[in-house]
Amino acid sequence: MTANAPPLPSSFTTVIGLEVHVQLQTETKLFCGCSTQFGAPPNTQVCPTCLGLPGSLPVMNRRAFDLAVRAALALDCHIAPFTKWDRKNYFYPDLPKGYQISQFDLPFSADGQLEVVDPKGGWSRKVGIIRVHLEEDAGKSMHDEGAGTGDTRIDLNRAGTPLCEIVTQPDLRSPQEARAWLNELKLLLVYLGVSDCNMQEGSLRVDANVNLHIPCDGGPEAGGRIAKTPIVEIKNMNSFRSVERALVYEVARQFAEWQTTKAEMGKTPKQTRGWDDPAGVTRAQRHKEESSDYRYFPEPDLVPVTVSQAFLAETRGAMTDPPTVLRQALEAKWKISAYDADVLVNQGRDLVAYFEALAEAVGEGKVASNWMQQDVLRTLNERGGTIGEFPVRPPVLAEIIGRVAKGDFDTSRGREIFAEVLSSGRSVADVVASLGIAAVDDDELVALCRELLAENPKIVADVQAGKEQAAAGLIGQAKKKNPNVNPGKVRALCVDLIRKMG
Amino acid sequence: MQPAELSAVELVQAVRQGDLTAERCTEAFLSRIESVDGRIHAFLKVDREGALRAAAAIDQKRRAGKPLGPLAGLPVAVKDALCTFDMPTTCASKMLANFRPPYDAEVVARLRAADAVIVGKTNMDEFAMGGSNENSAFGPVHNPWDLSRTPGGSSGGSAACVAADMTPVAIGSDTGGSIRQPAGLCGITGLKPTYGRVSRRGLVAFASSLDQIGPMARSAADCALVLETIAGHDAGDATSLKEPVPAYSTDLERPLAGVRIGRVPAHFGAGLDPEVAHGVEEAFAAFRAAGATIHDIDMPHAGAGVATYYVVAPCEASSNLARYDGAHYGHRAEPGRGHRAEPGRGHRAEIGGGHRAEPGRGHRAEIGGGHRAEIGGGHGSTGFSKDNGGFESALEEMYCRSRAEGFGPEVKRRIMLGTYALSAGYYDAYYAKALRVRRLIRQDYLDAFQKVDLIGGPVSATPAFKLGEKTGDPLAMYLVDLYTVCTNLAGVGGISFPCGFTKSGLPIGFQLQAPALAEPLLLRATDRYQHLTDWHRRRPALAAAPG
Repeated sequence: MTANAPPLPSSFTTVIGLEVHVQLQTETKLFCGCSTQFGAPPNTQVCPTCLGLPGSLPVMNRRAFDLAVRAALALDCHIAPFTKWDRKNYFYPDLPKGYQISQFDLPFSADGQLEVVDPKGGWSRKVGIIRVHLEEDAGKSMHDEGAGTGDTRIDLNRAGTPLCEIVTQPDLRSPQEARAWLNELKLLLVYLGVSDCNMQEGSLRVDANVNLHIPCDGGPEAGGRIAKTPIVEIKNMNSFRSVERALVYEVARQFAEWQTTKAEMGKTPKQTRGWDDPAGVTRAQRHKEESSDYRYFPEPDLVPVTVSQAFLAETRGAMTDPPTVLRQALEAKWKISAYDADVLVNQGRDLVAYFEALAEAVGEGKVASNWMQQDVLRTLNERGGTIGEFPVRPPVLAEIIGRVAKGDFDTSRGREIFAEVLSSGRSVADVVASLGIAAVDDDELVALCRELLAENPKIVADVQAGKEQAAAGLIGQAKKKNPNVNPGKVRALCVDLIRKMG
Repeated sequence: MQPAELSAVELVQAVRQGDLTAERCTEAFLSRIESVDGRIHAFLKVDREGALRAAAAIDQKRRAGKPLGPLAGLPVAVKDALCTFDMPTTCASKMLANFRPPYDAEVVARLRAADAVIVGKTNMDEFAMGGSNENSAFGPVHNPWDLSRTPGGSSGGSAACVAADMTPVAIGSDTGGSIRQPAGLCGITGLKPTYGRVSRRGLVAFASSLDQIGPMARSAADCALVLETIAGHDAGDATSLKEPVPAYSTDLERPLAGVRIGRVPAHFGAGLDPEVAHGVEEAFAAFRAAGATIHDIDMPHAGAGVATYYVVAPCEASSNLARYDGAHYGHRAEPGRGHRAEPGRGHRAEIGGGHRAEPGRGHRAEIGGGHRAEIGGGHGSTGFSKDNGGFESALEEMYCRSRAEGFGPEVKRRIMLGTYALSAGYYDAYYAKALRVRRLIRQDYLDAFQKVDLIGGPVSATPAFKLGEKTGDPLAMYLVDLYTVCTNLAGVGGISFPCGFTKSGLPIGFQLQAPALAEPLLLRATDRYQHLTDWHRRRPALAAAPG
C-alpha cells in the first residue's frame, strides 16, 4: 500500500470489474494495409483509409478477426454466428474520421470466463467475461506542454490498429486478485499468439471499475442491508502493478469517502478517476465523457461477418493448450508440484518446450524441474535474453544431470560444470577433463577411506556409538585428498567400513 | 468530322481506326467548353493541359502500334465528388475548396486505364445534397435548355455538360436520384447501377448505403460502353459485388418481345405535371409498339420512400461528414471572433503531391514526419481563446467555427437531421423505424419483379424548374426525389432518358427500374426505345460563342 492511502477498514466487500484493450498481433491494421509496427516515426504508417481522407473505405483484415476469435474461444466465449460493425461517433483530433469503427449491439463474442488459481492453493477466482469485441484504435495525441507553445501533435500511426476489448463481470474481490487475473489473461493471450500484451507499447491497456459493498446495521443476516458505493472507473494505469496499487488506493479512498458522505451508487453519476503513478493517488477527471451520446449505428461501408461451425472447429483445432491445461499436463506427466508447473508455464511456451525436452532426455521430471528452477531460470534472469537463445541446450544439460545421477560427480560439481559449459561453450567432457574431474575407481576409494578412518579415531568412535551423522565430517577431508570423489560414496563406504571394524 | 456530332461509341471507333486523333477530339471538346461553359457553369475545374497531355499519350500509343484501351480518346467529365490525384476534389463545398486527394477514385483509375481523357470536374450540389445544383458553394449550374432553369441535381454539372455537348459522357453519382433526375431535366441518358456494381472507393461519401456511381451520356449505347469499364469488383470496397461484368454493349439490339414493363398507377396522381404525364404515357405506348407488354402494378410502400430516405441518408451523412473538422485537412476557421477564414490556407492534406495511395493494397501515403495538427486542445495555441463565445475549449471552438464556415445551409440541415435521428432516445423512432420501412420497400420491389421485368414511369413530377423557385422551401425540394429515392433504398438499378419535350421546349424524362444486376435489360430496353425515337438526339439551341 502507498503512503498516501488512508488506513484500510475491515468488513466490506470490494467489487472490481476490468475492461481490457488488447492489440492483436497482426502485420497490418484492421481496415487497411498499413503496418502496425511500433516505434516508426510519426505519421509514416498511414494511408487514405486510416487518415480518414474523403472517399476512403475500410476493408476488414481477416487475420485480425481470426485472432480475435481465437482469444474469445480461449476465454470460453460464445461466438456469434453473425456479427456486424458499428460506428461510434465522437469528435477528437486523434480520431480522423470522427467515428471509430467498433461493435455495439452484436459483438462477435460474449459470455465467457477465465479462472485464476493461486499456485500455492490459497484461493481461486472464476471471472465472467461479459463480451469480447473488435474495434480500431485511435491515433495518439501528444500534448506539447514543455515547449511552451501548448501545441498538440497527432501521430496517426496507431490509428486503425486492431484492438480486442474484453469486458469482465464485476467478479474480482481484491486488488491482488485483479493483478493475478491480469497476469493470467496476459499469459493466455501471449500463449495463443493473439497479442504480445506489451503495456509499454500500449498493446495492453486496462481500465478498472471498482466499488464497495458495505454491510449496514449488521448486514442482511441481521436484518440490515448492503450499501454500495458509487462505481469509479480508474484510467491511466500503465502496469499490472499500477493496477493493483491504484485499486488499493481507491478502495481505501472510497471507504473513507463513504464514511463521511454515505453516498451510494446511482445517486451520483459514474466517476472517472485517473491514476497518478508517481503521486500514488487517483484524481477525478472531467465528467464530460459520461454524458456523451455516441450515436452508434451500423457501419454501412462494411458487410456483416458470418462465422461457420466449420471455421470455429478449425480455429479450435489449430489452437495450442492454454496455460491452465498446460500446468495440469506438466504436473501429471512429469510428477512435479503445482507450484513448479506454475513457475515453468508462467515463463512462456518456449521455456516449457525446453523443460519438456530436458525432462525427456533425463527421463525424469522432478530433477529436470529442480535444475530448471534453480539453475536455468536463475542464470537466465542474470544473463537476460530468451530461453531460445540460452547456450546450454537440453541434451547438454541432460548429460550433466545424467552423470550426477550416475555418481560421476555430485550436484555441486555438476553446477560448476554447468556454469563452465555456459560461459565457455565447450562440451561437458572437455570441461570435466579440464577441471581434473575423473571417475575415482573403487580400489582407490577404499584406500582413501581407510586412510581417513585411521586419521579420525574420534569420528569412528562416534559412528560406532550410533551417531552415523558424524561421518559427514570425513567428506571435507576426502575432497581435500581427492576433489573428484563422490561425497555420497565416501560417506556410505566409510560407514560400511566402520561397521565391519565393529 | 465534327467530334461533337459523334456518339461515344463512334468517337472511340474513330480514334482506334485513326480517323480522328485523341488530341483533336479533346481539343474540340475543350473549345466547346470554353465557348459555352461561361453561361452554364457545369465545370468547377477544366484541366486543359492534363487532358491534352493524356490525349497526346494515347495518340503516341496508337502510332507505336500498342493496343488501345476500350475508351481510347474519349473525353470524360467527372463529378467533383470523385477523387482525382491531379485535380482538386471539392464536392462543391467551401470545406474542401482546395483539397487535393493523394489518390484517384477507383472509377477514375479505371477510366484512365481504359485510355479515357479526363477533361475536368463538374459542378454539383454541395456533398451531393440537393436536387437543383443550387447548393453548390461555387454557384449553380444553368440548364442548357433554358439558362434560367435548374439542370437538376446533384449531378447537375455532369448532366448539363453532356446536354451542351461539352463532353460526350460524364460520370455522376446517385444517392436518391442524383444521376437520373438531372439526366431527365437535361434530356440525356443517365444510369444508376445496382448498389455495389461500381466501386465507391474514392467517391466522397454522402450516404454510404445508398451512393452509387454511374455513367451519363446521350444514349443507352454510350452508357453501356462506359459501364463496361467502370463496373466490376473492387477488393478495396467491401460492398462491391463480385459478379462478373457482362458485355453490356453486345446485347442491346435484341427485340423487347415478351418483356413485361410495370406501370404504377399511383405515379400519375396529383402533383404530376400533365405534360410530363403525357410524355410518359407516350413512352409506354412506344414500348408496347416495340413488343413489350405493360402491366399495372402496386408498390404499396413507395409513398413512404421520401420520408424513409430523409432519415437514412442524413443519418449516414451526419457520420460521414464528421471528418471535416478542420483538424487534418479542409477548411479551418481562423482564430478570432468574426474573422473570416481565408480560403487556401491549411486546406490541403499534407501528403506528398501526386503520390497515389491505395487503401487496402498495402500502399502507404507518407505525411511528412511530425505532421502537426496544431489543434491545441484546451491550450489556446491556435489563438482560440477559452472564454470566447461560450465554447468549452479552444478545440471545440475550432470545430464549431470551421464547420459553421465550411458547410452550406443544406449540408448543415442534413447533418442536424441525422445527428438528431441517431441520438439516444430518438434512434428507435427514426433510424430503426426507417430501416424497417426500407426493408418493406425492398420487398415491394422483389414482389413486383415476380410479375414484371422492368418498372417504368416518370423521373420527376415536373420539367426543370426555375433557379430560385424552391430554394426557400426545403420540403418542396425534397419532393423532387419522389420517383427516384426508392430505387436507392432497394439497392436496384434505374435509368432515365428523354421521352419528349414540353411545349416550352423542356425535356421530359422517363425512368426504368430493374431488379439487381439487370443492367443489361435496362440498357437494352432504353436502346430499343432510342431506336424508335429521336428525343435523345435533340440538342439545346445553345449557340456556340463566335471564334
